[in-house]
Amino acid sequence: MNSSALERYLLVEEVQQTFKTKKGPFVALEDINLSVKQGEFITLIGHSGCGKSTLLNLIAGLTLPTEGRLICAGREIAGPGPNRAVVFQNHSLLPWLSCFENVYLGVERVFAATENKVQLKERTEEVMALVGLTASQHKMPHEVSGGMKQRVGIARALAMEPQVLLLDEPFGALDALTRANLQDELIKIMASKNSTAVMVTHDVDEAVLLSDRIVMMTNGPAARIGEILSVELERPRDRVALAHNTQYLDYRTAVIDFLYRKQGHPAPAKA
Amino acid sequence: MSEGETKSIAELVLEQQRESEALRQREQKRLALREQLARLFDPFVPALLGVLGFIIFLSIWEAIHRSIEQIPSPAFTFAAALKLFADPFYSNGPNDQGIGWNILSSLRRVGLGFGLAAAVGIPIGFLIGRFRLFHAMTSPIISLLRPVSPLAWLPIGLLLFKAANPAAIWCIFICSIWPMVINTAVGVSKIPQDYINIARVLNLSEWKVFTKILFPATLPYMLTGVRLSIGTAWLVIVAAEMLTGGVGIGFWLWDEWNNLKVENIIIAIFVIGIVGLLLEYCMIAVAKRFSYE
Repeated sequence: MNSSALERYLLVEEVQQTFKTKKGPFVALEDINLSVKQGEFITLIGHSGCGKSTLLNLIAGLTLPTEGRLICAGREIAGPGPNRAVVFQNHSLLPWLSCFENVYLGVERVFAATENKVQLKERTEEVMALVGLTASQHKMPHEVSGGMKQRVGIARALAMEPQVLLLDEPFGALDALTRANLQDELIKIMASKNSTAVMVTHDVDEAVLLSDRIVMMTNGPAARIGEILSVELERPRDRVALAHNTQYLDYRTAVIDFLYRKQGHPAPAKA
Repeated sequence: MSEGETKSIAELVLEQQRESEALRQREQKRLALREQLARLFDPFVPALLGVLGFIIFLSIWEAIHRSIEQIPSPAFTFAAALKLFADPFYSNGPNDQGIGWNILSSLRRVGLGFGLAAAVGIPIGFLIGRFRLFHAMTSPIISLLRPVSPLAWLPIGLLLFKAANPAAIWCIFICSIWPMVINTAVGVSKIPQDYINIARVLNLSEWKVFTKILFPATLPYMLTGVRLSIGTAWLVIVAAEMLTGGVGIGFWLWDEWNNLKVENIIIAIFVIGIVGLLLEYCMIAVAKRFSYE
């Protein structure tokens, strides 16, 4: 792949998304253009109902755009696939499989053609170790805490070695301390893997801490990309050190300013 | 502010404190009483109450026996049951067999009819739950046929199979199939979208989707269907055997009516109840084994 292809690794071009409802067509997204570099960490932030999850689902291929197109690594996105692994908000582990088996399911799907069972198991164990779950990998999902479930969700996505990692409010359902913990680990993991990621969040600190660029979306219906903020903080980033960093605070203020001043009055939610 | 007023405020505060103290004490008493009651209702108490209920039941039975001579007393029935169960597996030709044989042949019919119903009903349930087209096609027929008493199908069974035994099995088949079809279909349609999304993101093969997601997600619903089916099947077999004859607990009950051995009829009622209960417990145990929460 040449350098321009790496510059334009994930492309969203002129995308519009309309949903058919009983009250007629509902325009969720309009005029969305985005280009993501390889290895870049992008967050989508906006008020709820602004279509950030809709955009993520489009990149995942779970839904197809009404207009426009999405391209990942030079190929048009025509459906979901393991090269765009998703970490779901509510972890979505299969409750009848152990944590290990949940991850193995993805590993098997991607690598069974080229590797034998021992290698597949090693691969799964490796990624379990990466998210710090070696000790409890053979427990069932209902036997582990919410934070650990989400670790398994992340492990399952990482294990598939996706071209793009998609995260849909992955820490939204966790308490603040667990969330901070997992964010720190995600920072480390992303640094070691150098993978491309798109994350949906509504947490300003999370966005600034993790992102290379923050894509701020206007309120729906017909949400657009309002502003894109490049976060040029040095990596590795440390949340404690950054707490008093003026640059960090400026970025934070910029996002808050967008969310609460420019987009401060979200349109009343349509039932 | 005058001195009198301040004093009255202080008094008010004191009064309030006293009041809240009284309230606290009352609450404590209430909690203590509740704790005492809880201790009274220790785990063995429900069992004792159950026994008490049973004793009341037996005394009502005894009272009925005293006023209606034809109804045998509990003691007489118990003695008859002991005699009957002393030799449950004798066989003097097709019309005179031990109670054990009767129960086993009824269970065999239930097992056959029920097994066939599972083999047909569960796949149909999957199809209905998975494909909206199939659901739309079948739901009017199922809604129409489901409320029909399975015994109404007995003549069709006799016509088709030209024998009593398969006709009885046919009745069991008909009555067991609906709960399994319906519950399986509901289970498949209730699979959380999250699981479907996982299947799509992982791009799993149809076989993997079935074995790793569809089947385990539907299993609890399926087992509910199975439990309901077994219960209904056991209800229906008694009635079907009364009509078809042969060896079986239902026919035996009817035969004892013809012999006017009322104590045996009562024994049969208890036996049917106990076997039904055991079947139910087995199914609950199986369901528990396969629940993953």
